[in-house]
Amino acid sequence: MNAPAAQGTIGLSGQVRIGERPLFPPLRLTLPRGTWTALLGDSGVGKSTLLRLLAGLPIGGRFAGRIDNPLPVALMAQDPGLLPWLDVRQNAALGSRLRGTRADAARLDDILIRTGLQDHAHKRPAQLSGGQRQRVALARTLMEDRPLVLLDEPFSALDMRLRLAMQDLAAELLCGRTVLMVTHDPAEAARLSDRIAVLTAGGLTLTEAPRSPAPRAPDDPRVLACQGALMARLMAQDSA
Amino acid sequence: MRARRAGTVIMVTAALLLGWQALILLTGLPPFLLPGPGAVLAALIGHHQVLAAAALRTLAEILAGFALGASLGAALAVGMAVWPRLAAGLRPVLLISQVVPIFALAPILTLWLGYGMAPKIAVTALICFFPVASAFHDGLMRCPAACLDLARSMGASARREMWHIRVPMALPMLGSGLKLAAIYAPIGAVIGEWVGGSEGLGAVMIHANGRMRIDLSFAALALVTLMALAFHGAISWLVGRVFARFG
Repeated sequence: MNAPAAQGTIGLSGQVRIGERPLFPPLRLTLPRGTWTALLGDSGVGKSTLLRLLAGLPIGGRFAGRIDNPLPVALMAQDPGLLPWLDVRQNAALGSRLRGTRADAARLDDILIRTGLQDHAHKRPAQLSGGQRQRVALARTLMEDRPLVLLDEPFSALDMRLRLAMQDLAAELLCGRTVLMVTHDPAEAARLSDRIAVLTAGGLTLTEAPRSPAPRAPDDPRVLACQGALMARLMAQDSA
Repeated sequence: MRARRAGTVIMVTAALLLGWQALILLTGLPPFLLPGPGAVLAALIGHHQVLAAAALRTLAEILAGFALGASLGAALAVGMAVWPRLAAGLRPVLLISQVVPIFALAPILTLWLGYGMAPKIAVTALICFFPVASAFHDGLMRCPAACLDLARSMGASARREMWHIRVPMALPMLGSGLKLAAIYAPIGAVIGEWVGGSEGLGAVMIHANGRMRIDLSFAALALVTLMALAFHGAISWLVGRVFARFG
């Protein structure tokens, strides 16, 4: 066993094939602990597949390689996945329900306050707006209290104002955890992450993120510059 | 809005009844071939004791057959969702059970189960079973991927995933299956009564036909129809009330 693995490095290396066709060339993705890594790329390039591999979820292909993930994960996706018959409080505590354990009521109250849901605790998902539903998903992710958080395009279905607000909230509440965020939005990657991995058909390349603490202002010149560089990289791949 | 719709239904029904009476007046058909609405009403009143007893019997068969068929169908749907190999093996058998004409099966069931209520309940259960099993199983298999991913990442056991996510998620589909089964249930009971035995509205119809008492046959038919409508209405109302919050 090599040294980094012994220290519990999170990452994976290998290749995914769908049938005989490789989804992406052999690649290596590492997630330093306590950092927020964005995985940026176009639709269908295999971003979510990488995230699913780390989460231990089934993928639509064959993976050859190794996955190093000693940490339990919490998952948050574009579809908030709320259960329509449970209220906000019960949805946020879904993990306990599914494991047959009792949720910590005080912590649940605290998380509902921090996600601004305290006045909606007994509403059903059908009574909530899109942004509120995504906040319930965030509250549920926080309730799981896992060291590794996997975000799969969590804000891409929201309009711009809501998306910015949700990004701020997520950056604040997930601070200190190891986060992998799959996104196709260069602005989101530039605002939130410490490291940005760009996945294209050619493979995975790492890009510097602005050094200031996240969440960064969307009109911060360094964020805009980073966003421009990311766009250029994605566009270059497109014409290649 | 509701009152207006009810008004339309009453008007259409009245127009159909008038058309029926007009057909008899115009063609001069004798009452033993086609009785008028009045004659049917007279038969309903004149034979109300026989008809009421028969209707109760048929209703009991419908309720028992529906309950049995729906429970077995729902249980099998869950079983098939839990064990995919069972589903693969059973699907053709289920299809065969549906393509075999129920009319052909009913006499065999009578032979096996006698002339009492049992074969009628069996036919009704058989006819109710498939729509429930099929719709509920479809619902269980079509659980949104986002919810299943969540359940897995949260470390839910297969049993808890089934009970807390897949079953409640599929309840609206179970509701559709139950509503469909509620339409078929009276058909099953009447077929069972036609084939054997002397009780129930189906038997009343067969006997009345044999004695050229078309008015009594029509009266029994009207009662079956009303009962079927009421049963379907009751099940739809129940499904709507109980399953609405799972939709």
